[in-house]
Amino acid sequence: MPTADAAPILQVRGLEVRYGSVPALRDVDLEVQRGEIVGLIGPNGAGKSTTLQAIVGTVRASAGEILLGGVSIRGQAPERIVRSGVGLVPEGRRIFAALTVEENLRLGLAGRRSKNGAHEALEMVNELFPVLRESRRRHAGLLSGGQQQQLAIGRALVAEPDVLLLDEPSLGLAPTIVDAVFEKLGAIRDRGVTILLVEQRAQRTVAFADRTYVLANGELRMTLGPGEAGDTDRMVAAYFGS
Amino acid sequence: MTEHVQTLLDAVALGSIYGLMAIGIGLVFGVLRLVNFAYGQLVMAGAYALALTQDVSVVLSIALCFAVVLALSLAMELAAFRPLRNASPTTMLVATFAISYLLQSIALVRFGAIGKILVVIPQLTKPLTIGSLHVRWITIVTILVAAGVFAALTLFLTRTSIGLQMRAASIDSETARLLGVRANAVITVAVLISGAIAALVAVILPMAVPERILVTPDYALRETIIVLVGVVVGGIDRLLTATLGGFTMGFLVGALSGFLPSSGSWPFTSSVYLDSAVFMLVIVVLLLRPEGLFTRSRRSVVDRV
Ligand SMILES: Nc1ncnc2c1ncn2[C@@H]1O[C@H](COP(=O)(O)OP(=O)(O)OP(=O)(O)O)[C@@H](O)[C@H]1O
Ligand SMILES: [Mg+2]
Repeated sequence: MPTADAAPILQVRGLEVRYGSVPALRDVDLEVQRGEIVGLIGPNGAGKSTTLQAIVGTVRASAGEILLGGVSIRGQAPERIVRSGVGLVPEGRRIFAALTVEENLRLGLAGRRSKNGAHEALEMVNELFPVLRESRRRHAGLLSGGQQQQLAIGRALVAEPDVLLLDEPSLGLAPTIVDAVFEKLGAIRDRGVTILLVEQRAQRTVAFADRTYVLANGELRMTLGPGEAGDTDRMVAAYFGS
Repeated sequence: MTEHVQTLLDAVALGSIYGLMAIGIGLVFGVLRLVNFAYGQLVMAGAYALALTQDVSVVLSIALCFAVVLALSLAMELAAFRPLRNASPTTMLVATFAISYLLQSIALVRFGAIGKILVVIPQLTKPLTIGSLHVRWITIVTILVAAGVFAALTLFLTRTSIGLQMRAASIDSETARLLGVRANAVITVAVLISGAIAALVAVILPMAVPERILVTPDYALRETIIVLVGVVVGGIDRLLTATLGGFTMGFLVGALSGFLPSSGSWPFTSSVYLDSAVFMLVIVVLLLRPEGLFTRSRRSVVDRV
């Protein structure tokens, strides 16, 4: 009998999503084990964001299963899925520009499963991202892109999710800031948070993650290990379909 | 001179009542993107609850008024707003029209068209005399109550976590839900606060406005329409501007009806031309500032509530 710990923290089986009659995802299978960093890469329009949205319940899956710790979450309301331990850093960050940095972080507490420990969780995030503490009374809209990305990640982390989904956290950031973001993701994993990372930066992600799925045209093409980051031929073939 | 001060105070009190209604309508608009045209019928229901129980104790009567209006607000949310959650704004507006007329018809069948006289607390309609100035107590109480509600609500929205969640849901409800904010819980709280304000208006209105002493099936309908106009003119996207819009409309109606002759002939007798004068002003304002009178700029979309 599988125990909760033995089951993958997140498991997607035969996932299909349609926008109208157009299929955006076909028969997608993926698995994330506790403590892993798993990458999900692919060209524009491949269906990466759709995959994350199906997991958190903001788009409807027309077929397949989505299991969190072995329990089906498919069809549940997004707030319920988030409160079961899934954190999302959405595409485009979607911070509340008119609210302060501190208010944005406090909003993230809504996703907590337990009322206890909220203060410690805020402390932990402020330690991880000192800039958030320094600018806590500023309107979040006044932060730089990199700071806003840290806020979006911190806001998801204060809920202490089991698994953190990130949708292109490095998009639009300067190279040095991108380095910092990847470094923080490592630190987050070291604190016991499992990560599913959607990225456009293919090589970097493959080298960084424990495993990386390649998605193209709504279908999974292959899985790559960190050693295969240099294998550009295979990646190009997967991206453009051969 | 003192007569003008009295008129101005009465106008501020009327503005306060309209401002309260604007808060009630604006709160629900914020979290639901729904313009509740049936808001006045909540006030009407509360007024009937008060009118039918005025022989009992005042406290009991007011408690019953709040119970009826809160129950009706909750019923609206559960039976109409929630099933229409993903409907277009037009569908929802039409639905609230239907609810408004349904409630008016029920009142008409149940209580008749003649109306019931309602005085909740007779002592409050007596004047307070300061020198040659005579101000009715209810005028002062109304202004204080409205200011108190506004202050309390501001504290609630900025200091409590459910208030913060309400603001976030008003700005971007999908993102709020992605953070774990329970949309239905937040909406229910907003609907209940909005209902409590309607009950408060039901208690105050018949004392504060002499011609509103008579409770009829279309009670508070005219006020709702004027408040909705005020809310749109003020800028419905933010609670403060919506409230200011409602207040301004009430103040204008009060001031115009106080300063214009109430009888006689053309051009401006308040009884006949008041509404036309007010709405003409509204059209001018909307032509000059279509984004709302009190909105600072086009930032309103990210700056709601
Ligand atoms: N709301 C929507 N309605 C209709 N089609 C959509 C919608 N959202 C996405 N699509 C389509 O579904 C496909 C997958 O989109 P998705 O956003 O998941 O891709 P992506 O891999 O995240 O791309 P990107 O790297 O550009 O973010 C695309 O063809 C896109 O045009
Ligand atoms: Mg995307």
